[in-house]
Amino acid sequence: MKKAQLEKILKRYDYQDSDLLAILQDVQTQENYLPRKTLEEVAERLAIPLARVYKLATFYRTFSLTPRGRHLINVCLGTACHVRGATMVLERLKRDLGVKAGGTTKDLRFTLDTVRCIGCCSLGPVVVINEEIFGKLNQEKAAKLLKEYN
Amino acid sequence: MGDDGKGDGMKVRGLEDLKKLREEGLTRIYPDQVKITVGMATCGISAGANRVYEAIREGIEKEKLSIILAKSGCLGFCQREPLVDVWRPGFPRIIYEEMTPEKGVELLGEIFNGGLKKEWALCRMEEEVLFFEDEPLRYKIESGLEDRDAIPLYQDVGFYRKQLKIALRNCGYIDPESIEDYIARGGYFTLYKVLNEMKPEEIIEEAKRSGLRGRGGAGFPTGRKWESCRRAEGDKRYVVCNADEGDPGAYMDRSVLEGDPHSVLEGMLIGAYAIGAHEGYIYVRNEYPLAVKNMGTAIKKAEEMGLLGEDILGSGFDFTIKINRGGGAFVAGESTALMASIEGYVAEPRAKHIHTVESGLWDRPTNLNNVETWANVPVIVEKGADWYNKIGTEGSKGTKIFSLVGKINNTGLIEVPMGMTLREVIYDIGEGIPEGKQFKAVQTGGPSGGCIPDKLLDLPVDFDELTKVGSMMGSGGMIVMDESTCMVDVAKYFTDFLKDESCGKCTSCRDGTLRMYEILDNITKGKGKEGDIELLEELAWVTAEASLCALGQTAPNPVLSTIRYFRDEYEAHIRDKKCPAKVCNELLTFTIDPEACIACLKCKKLCPVEAITGEKKVPHEIDQSICIKCGTCREVCPVDAVRVE
Repeated sequence: MKKAQLEKILKRYDYQDSDLLAILQDVQTQENYLPRKTLEEVAERLAIPLARVYKLATFYRTFSLTPRGRHLINVCLGTACHVRGATMVLERLKRDLGVKAGGTTKDLRFTLDTVRCIGCCSLGPVVVINEEIFGKLNQEKAAKLLKEYN
Repeated sequence: MGDDGKGDGMKVRGLEDLKKLREEGLTRIYPDQVKITVGMATCGISAGANRVYEAIREGIEKEKLSIILAKSGCLGFCQREPLVDVWRPGFPRIIYEEMTPEKGVELLGEIFNGGLKKEWALCRMEEEVLFFEDEPLRYKIESGLEDRDAIPLYQDVGFYRKQLKIALRNCGYIDPESIEDYIARGGYFTLYKVLNEMKPEEIIEEAKRSGLRGRGGAGFPTGRKWESCRRAEGDKRYVVCNADEGDPGAYMDRSVLEGDPHSVLEGMLIGAYAIGAHEGYIYVRNEYPLAVKNMGTAIKKAEEMGLLGEDILGSGFDFTIKINRGGGAFVAGESTALMASIEGYVAEPRAKHIHTVESGLWDRPTNLNNVETWANVPVIVEKGADWYNKIGTEGSKGTKIFSLVGKINNTGLIEVPMGMTLREVIYDIGEGIPEGKQFKAVQTGGPSGGCIPDKLLDLPVDFDELTKVGSMMGSGGMIVMDESTCMVDVAKYFTDFLKDESCGKCTSCRDGTLRMYEILDNITKGKGKEGDIELLEELAWVTAEASLCALGQTAPNPVLSTIRYFRDEYEAHIRDKKCPAKVCNELLTFTIDPEACIACLKCKKLCPVEAITGEKKVPHEIDQSICIKCGTCREVCPVDAVRVE
């Protein structure tokens, strides 16, 4: 991430370390992951230990320290989705993409992850690709969705 | 959307200004022309509401129709989304269900011709209950619309009949991005009354007498919490709204934030005034982007109009609110963890021998309540404690929102008086189990709760009754399970969730949940052995006793409640290596019934490991040595010829 871009984000939060979580979220929104060098710069600019930045970056589920795919797939594993067969959908996507949950395909096309309930329980099983939500899936329908993304 | 409100830029100074905005809002909600509203909460959008909205918009544009098109939050009946609500002067208001873009366009023609399109209608409304008015608002309906009787009235629809919407009072009725809409339905008038006519102590007294208990799950009396916070020493006080709704299967907070954000703001304003706080935080899950957006818009509008900021409504009271987005950690919903997260640290709970009302955010007195609690506050203060405490049971007053999901005919968000029995909820509102299957259990309280079996269906639902049977209220998720749900698998599911979400601070929780998970995993894979159930019970006891926060203390509930009520299922897995519900794949054998097989090649083509042999006109067969038991064949078979034992 360019220095000027980071500066813009830091300024948005008035260089307050209490907003560290929000700062890292904004960095990830822009870069798709948290680059190590940026984390070092964040620590330096906020005058806090790198360990604190790193602790946050590894504690919260939303962050990734490695580059993620162009398309982020989140399989909802909420209870309602679970009792309606979400695990089968996840297993199928894992097989088709050849990655584990949390993994990224070698061509950086997809990152497959799971989410604990997005509150669309009436439509389960649900998969979110990027920002779009697909409901009432089974493994066949879920596998077909992937074709729409390059 | 809201941007055309003439009130923009104007500061609300007093009652007259509020009344003026109310008039504007009323014209927006009930205009003198046709208005079509599409339910556009996340659930609606994922069911295709966006496409319906676009199709209607294009249709209006193309035909140059004089129709207002608007968006609203969620009317709760998720099963029938997308919902489209048509307002026509002189007509009953009609809610259409399961709409598609094509149906949307056709509906425009029908409206143009003055028709009702009865066959698509879910219900009609001829009046609305407004909590801030003495009389319901009755629509003027012209004579000659007798055939409207074919459409059931809103209050006669099974799903809605027994509901009483207090916290959800505006969801689906207003455009959440319009502050005028909120004011039109009585919003911010209570704030005006509070700031001008009530002392903080009086508000606290009302809250206490109302019997309102925290809707986040623990059920702590709200008024007492406010009082302790007001009395605590400190140079500054904070109020916090917990919108880190993490229980899987519960989404009422999301719906309120998306559909009626101002109700939460007004509740927080009233609470802050009562407590003496001038700064507030809303901590909301980042997985709810629309909730973050709508709440952000609401705060901005309220600031522009002087309903947030300095000298609110000319009263001299100052209050600001900031939104914090969560990082996807379930434990952040715990109050001390949430406060640590707001301060910019990891969301780890701390011991609560000093309560957060005395020493919370930045070691100052902090009052935290959940979204639903805050949304209730304006109505309680407006209608009074005596009105509110007549609703509900002895120990649990008012209503509660539940998300009724899982194996149930009517999925959706419901708000009912406390004390309604599970049977009424599941069979009257939910209208039973689909596909004629047998009810097995209902899971309440999220990962901290438990599974309640059919013999307890007549249990009245309130905080204390649910705890008595080994479950809890939690944030209000109600996941219905039928005979095809395996209870050991459910216990494993929740324990898996909790082992992932344990923050790791307490060994008992970090390792206790992991060990319980390993044992459950073994049982579901046919590797269970005698003594496992007793070992689970022992681990459960240690995990509950030795953990610091509610996550660990309640983590064993899913395991203990399933052992308590469904011990035979555990025993079938352990002794007979069978999964009676046919869920645990490793205990199952998939075969194809040659009599039923129509040899269509479908399963053969889709089998991921090529374990299926057969050709056209030759019944297919599964090679058990290759089969990975993924269930694809069963899912795709058009004639249900795949047998599972």
